[in-house]
Amino acid sequence: MATIIVDNRTYRVDERQNLLAACLGIGLNLPYFCWHPAMGSVGACRQCAVKQFKDEHDRCGRLVMACMTPASDGTCVSIDDPEAKAFRASVIEWLMVNHPHDCPVCDEGGECHLQDMTVMTGHVYRRYRFPKRTYRNQDLGPFIRHEMNRCIQCYRCVRFYRDYAGGRDLNVFGAHDALYFGREQDGTLENEFSGNLVEVCPTGVFTDKTLFHHYTRKWDLQSAQSICPHCSLGCNTTAGERYGILRRITNRFNSRVNGYFLCDRGRFGYEYVNSDNRIKRALLRPELDRTKPGKPEGVPQILGVAADRLRRARGIVGIGSPRASLEANVALRSLVGPHRFVPGIDEREHRLLSTILSVLRTGPVPAASIQDAEESDAVLVLGEDLLNDAPRLALALLQSVRQQPMERADELKIPRWDDAAVRNAVQDRRGPLFVAGYRRTWFHDYATETYFGAPDNIARLGFAVAGTIGSSAPSVPDLTNEMRDLAQRIADALTQAKRPLIIAGTGSGSHATIEAAANVAWALHQRGKQPRLSFVLPECNSLGLALLGGESLKEAFDSISQGKADTVIVLENDLYRRAEQAKVDAFFDAAKTVIAIDSLEHRTTAHADVLLPAATYSESDGTFVNQEGRAQRFYQVFVPDGDITESWRWLRDLARAESHETDGLTGVATWRNLDDAVSDTAAAVPEFARIGEVAPSTGFRLAGQRVPRQPDRYSGRTSMLSHLTVHEPPPPHDPDTPLAFSMEGYRGPVPSPLIPQFWSPGWNSIQALNKYQDEVGGPLREEMPGIRLIEPVATKAPSWFTAIPRPFQSSPHRWLLLPLSAVFGSEELSNRSPAIAERISEPFMSLHPSDGARLNLEDKVTVELALQGTTYRLAVRLDPSMPAGTAGICLVPDVSGVRLPAWVDLSEAVKTGRKQRVA
Amino acid sequence: MERPLTQYIHPDGSPRLLREYVKDGGYRSLQILAAGMAPQDLQRLVAEAGLRGRGGAGFPTASKWSFVPMGSDAPKPKYIVANADEMEPGTFKDRVLLEGEPHGLVESMIIAGYALEAEVGFIFLRGEYHLSAARLTQAIAEAYAEGYLGKPLPGTAFRFDLHLHASAGRYICGEETALLNALEGKRAIPRAKPPYPQTVGLWGQPTIVQNVETLYNLPHIVNHGSAWYQSLSRSKDGGTKIYGISGRVTHPGWWELPLGTTARELLEQHAGGMVNDVSFRGLLPGGASTAFLTEEHLDLPMDFSSIPSQVGRLGTGTMIVLDDHTCPVGFVLNLEKFFARESCGWCTPCREGLPWVARILESFEEGRATHDDLALLDMHADLLGPGYTFCALAPGAMAPLQSALKYFRDDFVRHITLGRCPVNSKQKRHKVLV
Repeated sequence: MATIIVDNRTYRVDERQNLLAACLGIGLNLPYFCWHPAMGSVGACRQCAVKQFKDEHDRCGRLVMACMTPASDGTCVSIDDPEAKAFRASVIEWLMVNHPHDCPVCDEGGECHLQDMTVMTGHVYRRYRFPKRTYRNQDLGPFIRHEMNRCIQCYRCVRFYRDYAGGRDLNVFGAHDALYFGREQDGTLENEFSGNLVEVCPTGVFTDKTLFHHYTRKWDLQSAQSICPHCSLGCNTTAGERYGILRRITNRFNSRVNGYFLCDRGRFGYEYVNSDNRIKRALLRPELDRTKPGKPEGVPQILGVAADRLRRARGIVGIGSPRASLEANVALRSLVGPHRFVPGIDEREHRLLSTILSVLRTGPVPAASIQDAEESDAVLVLGEDLLNDAPRLALALLQSVRQQPMERADELKIPRWDDAAVRNAVQDRRGPLFVAGYRRTWFHDYATETYFGAPDNIARLGFAVAGTIGSSAPSVPDLTNEMRDLAQRIADALTQAKRPLIIAGTGSGSHATIEAAANVAWALHQRGKQPRLSFVLPECNSLGLALLGGESLKEAFDSISQGKADTVIVLENDLYRRAEQAKVDAFFDAAKTVIAIDSLEHRTTAHADVLLPAATYSESDGTFVNQEGRAQRFYQVFVPDGDITESWRWLRDLARAESHETDGLTGVATWRNLDDAVSDTAAAVPEFARIGEVAPSTGFRLAGQRVPRQPDRYSGRTSMLSHLTVHEPPPPHDPDTPLAFSMEGYRGPVPSPLIPQFWSPGWNSIQALNKYQDEVGGPLREEMPGIRLIEPVATKAPSWFTAIPRPFQSSPHRWLLLPLSAVFGSEELSNRSPAIAERISEPFMSLHPSDGARLNLEDKVTVELALQGTTYRLAVRLDPSMPAGTAGICLVPDVSGVRLPAWVDLSEAVKTGRKQRVA
Repeated sequence: MERPLTQYIHPDGSPRLLREYVKDGGYRSLQILAAGMAPQDLQRLVAEAGLRGRGGAGFPTASKWSFVPMGSDAPKPKYIVANADEMEPGTFKDRVLLEGEPHGLVESMIIAGYALEAEVGFIFLRGEYHLSAARLTQAIAEAYAEGYLGKPLPGTAFRFDLHLHASAGRYICGEETALLNALEGKRAIPRAKPPYPQTVGLWGQPTIVQNVETLYNLPHIVNHGSAWYQSLSRSKDGGTKIYGISGRVTHPGWWELPLGTTARELLEQHAGGMVNDVSFRGLLPGGASTAFLTEEHLDLPMDFSSIPSQVGRLGTGTMIVLDDHTCPVGFVLNLEKFFARESCGWCTPCREGLPWVARILESFEEGRATHDDLALLDMHADLLGPGYTFCALAPGAMAPLQSALKYFRDDFVRHITLGRCPVNSKQKRHKVLV
């Protein structure tokens, strides 16, 4: 710690910071633009100038940029010094020289850092009287709008996009006062993290195009904490609504999880909530006649019919969902009984998840948070395509490769926040990152070494690494010299690291890679290292469902086909994504009654005899468990239209209706609010015991008040419904959380899950976050970053996994079809959002060029592939990174039901007769 | 009077190539090094000689070198970069040397490399210096062929490689850290200091960036010693200086003279005084980024330590003379337009302030300026000064403006009161739309 003096007051701060961060951390207002807490300082904008004095007796002092000055012990500065103030006002005046002053029509208005800083410096009068320079804007695709005239040239966008996120297609062009931040030519920004530009840009150059389509000012948004449902990482978001439309998603800082950034799927995937395909009314099939479509009926009647069916059922099967909340799944489990509940995933996934769970439960190695991943100094990725399956984790690894080279900067005594200097010192040096997979992406450019092979070979590489590290770990027979050397290099890098990380997951469908990853981690642990493991899972609550237990979907199918049950309740699950079409058809045909609860229409809901409209994540409260085992609470943002309500409430109502005539309610039927749901969930399995501590309970109040979801400046409250009634209706009651659908309530520090949106007086932009932290970049005050449900208890590794696969052998007539997931296209909900849908590629099949030759297929031809009872039209892509003897099938919506990996004779399955070239 | 740097240069401007260069003692310094002068001895010799950087700042060369990590633990490789990006308006002293004596730079860089145990050198040459590029290319090829480059210095393990890089342009490349960025293939924007290039320079390695004229002094210091070198000068800074004068003088040109020669002597004896009917009003002593000197300063010795800091600085020593038939406002406008165009666009005051200044000066020339504009010029002269901006470009740009506002303020005021340029009456009024 260092003692610094700011305007004659003494403060204790961390001396590893720069002065700007230190000042912001102690709550002082100092304007800035080019500095960013996650990206450090470059000293470009000159906005954070302060007067520095040699000591207390120095009266002259000299101007320094706070962001470029270390907060070393004894530093004596003045923010209020007249010269410093005048200079800071001048910087704003200069920045405003060419700024269009179009705040009233600018999407950033009301949450603009430039507005805030202008007000803060007191610049009010324009003296520049010459013409302004103007630019042509670019079409940057469905996510981002571009308005270059507003640019103040802080360089944050290119520093984020290129230096931080590895993007290549955004750059700065030109020089002097004619700089251009954009692409070489119009076109979609390619980087998976482009959406962060919206928050990184301090003004309205890069704005959210999806928000633009239903624009609302920040102060008019009703907001609450959300957890991203679009992958297994559980990034925290803030969702904002007005007039019943979900308007946008912004990043929500969580020091252990996503920090300052989100991926584009998470930011722009929300619009399915506003989809025309939402189920809004409860539907009942007349006379339960399958030939007729469902019709809206009164909810009591529908529940009555459903309850009657449930009471008369020969047996009820409850199919849960890894994209529904824990509470909803526990409600279903309670309604049908634990033995009739299945988590709604196929057999392969079930087996993979069981293994992962067992590794985390019984092994001595803890799961890594995203933050841990960012700080790890050597990483081995086995089989996962992070950029497409867990993008935010890939972004963390792009930072992790800087950990080891950063030591060179430390030796040169360059502070870590001095970003440009660090990058000069580090140059292209990168720490160890080994990526083994079967498809090349741009992420591989950051790897120390890459390995491309079939999943079995990837697993063999992993086992070989483990065998090299651990003396007692099983070694791999018949290794090629090349592979042995590679395994040796990986083993060396991992054992020399202080914080090694091993990543595997379910993406390739390979059991062996998961076991190999566990062996590597355990071998490192045995050597006295402190490794971490990270498993990428398919969906936002996959691990929660795995913890809850239950058999695979096959069990549900069997109990219907074997006549053990005749009634099905499907919770937020499209079974056609999880099993072959014929099997699912047969299953529904055999079931006497199908009750489905979901938010969007899909093939499964079409089979429902009773269809109940479920609330989405932004219309309900609940808990997700991310791939790390971290339970996090998401909150209802707004009250939806129609009959839509929380899935667990539907299940509660069903339970109550069913037990209507019997006496004494039990289980889910007794739930009154989320607290009841949470306490029953906590009791469901021992690992859920602390679920209640994830966030404040329903009864939590501050000064006797709830926390309002609407900001102080929420406008039009009294007139929003005036076209319907001149009376102002009372705000909707929220029985489940300490939040209120209102402007009234407690304004002040609250536990982090209850923060509606980040705002502080004078800080209207997302940069207000600084005011919620004791130390810039550190945890939020009263942060509740979720509860990790699985911590290692074992101190010694369990027995090694020994099922080392044989080397992959390509077969003369059969090809191993492997899944290729797509960041835009492979996730069920985000696919239904228009902006994401625009980014979904045509379905394709990747082949090694030699396989293309064997099958007589040229690059870019369209073929028809008959697979598992369905024929798909796919474009052929010849990709040298695909292992020979395999074929990658891109999992976009048109190809969503396939079960991969699978062995298929492509010479039979591919119809080339109608092949035609794709433009 | 000795002229070590230029004594052999052909009056017709043709280059001196290897045979001729060696005949007149070229590359002899390398034998002295090889005969047992250790790098530390060489550094000490340069310190004793009092060599100061000729690029404009006059920083003592030996001090600059002293921050380079030395010895077997030092990072490898280390680099020597010759800053031959001579783009300062009115300055052409390096070109004289590069075109006339290309081998001098090769020899100098080998010496600098030896002194700092740096094994690789780059010449960062102004893109427009085509003739220099051709002659340096030939000289480097000859030096390789002869074994001065690419082979160990006889009797030592030291071996030096030299590469020529022709710049893609821009004035800011003359700033040493922007030069390094440009050499790395990045945008030519300056780097924040610390860390200094001596520890974190080209590709993150220890690097010395040195002006061409400075380097040319090294062989002579090695050959003749520090006492001789000191004796060349009339001031406490050692050696000679290539001075130049442009403007309405009788004999514009360049002269190698003892450091510390006064401006009056240069102007009156060497340049032959002002041309007929024209009288002297002031001069920029070293390129566009130095402050005006006026009549009262003409007897100051033109060296790095004699000009009081509140008056100005020597800069490159190649002077531009302002006469009474030239409008000082128009003169400064010309310079500020150059600086506004050459700003790299990195930091706010320079990027936005300089074009504003240029536009205000334009409005002076067009007769549209007001007294508020004069106040704005004063403000910019203060707030674009040293310490406020990221690098020295904007402070350099403000040096002529600030001193013009001091010495020629009446001219500025007359533009306002007359509503036109008093000198150049042909200047059209109200030309630009406001």
